[in-house]
Amino acid sequence: MAKVVAVTGNEAVANALRQVNPDVCAVYPITPQTEMMQRFSSFVSDGQVKTELILVESEHSAMSSCVGASAAGGRVITATSSQGLALMWEILFIASGTRLPIVMPVVNRALSAPLNIHGDHSDAMGARDTGWIQLWSENGQEAYDNTIQAFRIAEHMDIRLPAMICMDGFIISHSIERLEYLDDQDVQAFVGKFKQLNPLLDIEHPVSYGPLILPDYYMEYRRAQAEVATKVAQVVLDVADDFAQLSGRKYGLFETYRLDDAEIGLVILNSAAGTSKDVVDEFRDRGIKAGLFKPRLYRPFPYEETGEALKHLKALCVLDRADCFGGSFGPVFVDIATSLYPYRERPILINKIYGLGGRDYLPGHAELVLNELVDVAQTGTVRNYKEYIGVRE
Amino acid sequence: MKLKSWKEVNPGAVITDAGNSREFKTGSWRSFKPVWIEENCIQCLFCWMYCPDMAIKVKDGKRAEFDYDFCKGCGLCALECPGKKGKKAIIMVEEGK
Ligand code: SF4
Ligand code: SF4
Repeated sequence: MAKVVAVTGNEAVANALRQVNPDVCAVYPITPQTEMMQRFSSFVSDGQVKTELILVESEHSAMSSCVGASAAGGRVITATSSQGLALMWEILFIASGTRLPIVMPVVNRALSAPLNIHGDHSDAMGARDTGWIQLWSENGQEAYDNTIQAFRIAEHMDIRLPAMICMDGFIISHSIERLEYLDDQDVQAFVGKFKQLNPLLDIEHPVSYGPLILPDYYMEYRRAQAEVATKVAQVVLDVADDFAQLSGRKYGLFETYRLDDAEIGLVILNSAAGTSKDVVDEFRDRGIKAGLFKPRLYRPFPYEETGEALKHLKALCVLDRADCFGGSFGPVFVDIATSLYPYRERPILINKIYGLGGRDYLPGHAELVLNELVDVAQTGTVRNYKEYIGVRE
Repeated sequence: MKLKSWKEVNPGAVITDAGNSREFKTGSWRSFKPVWIEENCIQCLFCWMYCPDMAIKVKDGKRAEFDYDFCKGCGLCALECPGKKGKKAIIMVEEGK
């Protein structure tokens, strides 16, 4: 029987990790993720999990330890945020290139400088092309559910890639919400026993990890990795089907909200999608055909399915909680625009940068954007393709 | 050796057949070649111990010829060789000379 609780996002994800009971966790806690690993380390001290907890001196070492433990043949987790993720960067590629199914919740937060500890997507966006799977979560329930599903996706024998579960710093990590926990045995049965692939500790079958691969083979390994990325979406859908049977909660590659017959739409990740849905409802009440698209599997990006879901709109705004400095548009915008590029008929696209460093995203912001989209759809003219909103001019 | 396609390579570049460095002949890296002068050899086997590439063969407990398929020409053996009465039993000769 599912249990209804009132918990923070951090507490929910820590509980998911307890229920999975991984073999190894190497961690260097960083705010706002700190509470998640503090709770998990209590589970270790209280004997509620059998996990070997490795306390390291930096996130670079945390991810390095995870790589070693995963290659050794264990089910391995860590968690991080912001600068911590930035410091792991070098090893993120080693984890994915070595095809190690490490699972890592990432509590999304701004990068320095200036120093800031609040919600922002710059950290995970900086790691979006590291070869990791990224599942994004609107609220505590989704973060909990995505964490449990991430093990099945990452560890699937056709995939074997590390996975990040993204959730907004403070807004989700520290806010108490009502959510449903699954039973411990159900989670255990769902994730199943960890399956090893070429474990280092199998001394009957010695293997070498991390060889030097020169120009005669490097490209073949990269091509193979690109192929694996194309298989992730189907596995995500299959795992979501099994999860729906267990929990009654349905997940896809993305969530569409009142989008099928919509003429204008918003694309927005994580917690701000919740706020935006309320405003979409208000527009619908006024007879305006507004809708919303919330990516869930953001890496590997399911661009074909995304383009199909958005191509019928007249005007679309992609809201990014991160910017690509010196690039063109925000990171999500670039992916959405690419997914729509093959279509002759496609919506007019605009991009807004919002909520950096924990700046509040309010219903009024969604309202302003939707009003602008009404105008763009009617007139076909765009005032500004890219703009910061909620900023003092 | 026929090179594999991307469909045939192991996930994560993990090497699953142990001891396969034998297939990787490093002899072509050499620019100087060690040459053994048997009459100066005292059979101490220092060269065998020091060679990082196991490129010095030992037969029935005695120093045998170099294995030039794997000798990289690092010169360690020549440096460590005590030889006989100040005369080295290994000298380095430039390749192609
Ligand atoms: S030159 Fe170096 S690699 Fe070659 S036999 Fe001597 S020690 Fe070994
Ligand atoms: S080190 Fe020199 S003397 Fe000793 S066995 Fe080798 S070649 Fe002979």
